[in-house]
Amino acid sequence: MIKSDILIIGAGPTGLFAVFEAGLLKLKCHLIDALPQAGGQCSEIYPKKPIYDIPGFPEILAGELVDNLMEQIKPFQPGFTLGERAEIIQKQKDDSFVVTTNKGTKHNAPIVAIAGGLGSFEPRKPILENLSKFEDKGVAYIIKDPEVYRNKKVVIAGGGDSALDWSIFLADVAAEVTLVHRRNEFRGALDSVEKVQYLKNEGKIKLITPAEITGLKGGAKLEAVIVKKASEDEEEVTLEVDNFIPLFGLSPKLGPISNWGLEIEKNAIKVDNTLDYQTNIPGIYAVGDVNTYPGKLKLILCGFHEATLMCQSAYQRIFPDKKYVMKYTTVGGVTGFDGSKKEAPKAVVKAIE
Amino acid sequence: MDIKIKITDRNGVTHEVDAPTDMNMNLMEIVRSYELAPEGTIGICGGMAMCASCQCYVQSDHDLPEKSDDEEAMLAEAFNVEDNSRLGCQIHMTEELNGLEVELAPEE
Repeated sequence: MIKSDILIIGAGPTGLFAVFEAGLLKLKCHLIDALPQAGGQCSEIYPKKPIYDIPGFPEILAGELVDNLMEQIKPFQPGFTLGERAEIIQKQKDDSFVVTTNKGTKHNAPIVAIAGGLGSFEPRKPILENLSKFEDKGVAYIIKDPEVYRNKKVVIAGGGDSALDWSIFLADVAAEVTLVHRRNEFRGALDSVEKVQYLKNEGKIKLITPAEITGLKGGAKLEAVIVKKASEDEEEVTLEVDNFIPLFGLSPKLGPISNWGLEIEKNAIKVDNTLDYQTNIPGIYAVGDVNTYPGKLKLILCGFHEATLMCQSAYQRIFPDKKYVMKYTTVGGVTGFDGSKKEAPKAVVKAIE
Repeated sequence: MDIKIKITDRNGVTHEVDAPTDMNMNLMEIVRSYELAPEGTIGICGGMAMCASCQCYVQSDHDLPEKSDDEEAMLAEAFNVEDNSRLGCQIHMTEELNGLEVELAPEE
């Protein structure tokens, strides 16, 4: 059981900044995120895109913003459960919550702050009859253990980095790798594209473009895929394969959180914006893009503000009898849980003669 | 100046809406401003041509600007793509688009 004061679901910019604000109040945070790295959309979708409306930063790359936030919260030693999706929440007798992930990791905290953005990122699945029938029986959307594909005939579909990178990797592992894409052009890092070109010339990767997979065949497990070429005669070929790996990127889904008994409106969680961004369940807050209230704007800077007010409310909830007034960092400095201390240098008081 | 656009939503209902050309708006934002698709189901990436949630089928024969590489690449990975598919977020509202008719692609 991982224990913290505030359990934050979602390690995007809002969730990360909440760690800082909580840290100023001596509250310890743990974050859960379905993605394998922190940063949420900023890392996953647009790390190289500049953002122009972060106060004090005329221009900053989304990836840099995440790096900066990680640096800013380092003194507060947040814990991370990455690559796991928060699945179940259970209220305990002492009013705290236990959140269990899809991999069974349990987290306990008196406060849960959902900073889930647009939801957890799930693989985009192509629209094919029988697709779900063959899931884990030859069809996979994520490659967990490449050894599964040793000496197998594998077909990969997609035209982005992951399709290219896995084709390259599996070329050495699988018996046969076929890459199918709807266009002749691929969108990926230049050296990945060149490597695939090289492996194709060497006969280690079979490339079928422009084409798409239009059908799956098999009994208890996948045995073949139907590839339709986008040429004039729309020729269809049946390709005998053991595995089909569609890699069409990820798209966010609110997912299991929508079954937690929270009030949902417009695919977002309703919160009290007059006070502290608490949901209809006391002790559960929602901040950042995942929440909604009259006039809501899905902006990073709004998420920062919401996270700040949420932490103040969380503190009062955890310590109902303690008196506290907000302290400026220019006055109080930042004292980390790691013993580090940052503060403004003292002015010199000295007579000038 | 405002232009008229006909948008068929995902339930097959056609709406004729006024779209401003002086607000730096794109088709995806017009759809959102009139709430013709539920929030969270359109414009998920915010308009960076990085998801296909605003895919639409262009039904009138307007001369649209060429697709950028980003839009081409995204449409190559999207589902339910037809020859007349475009990403709404890449279609900026200009006077030339008066009378444009589009249908929203199904939600993935």
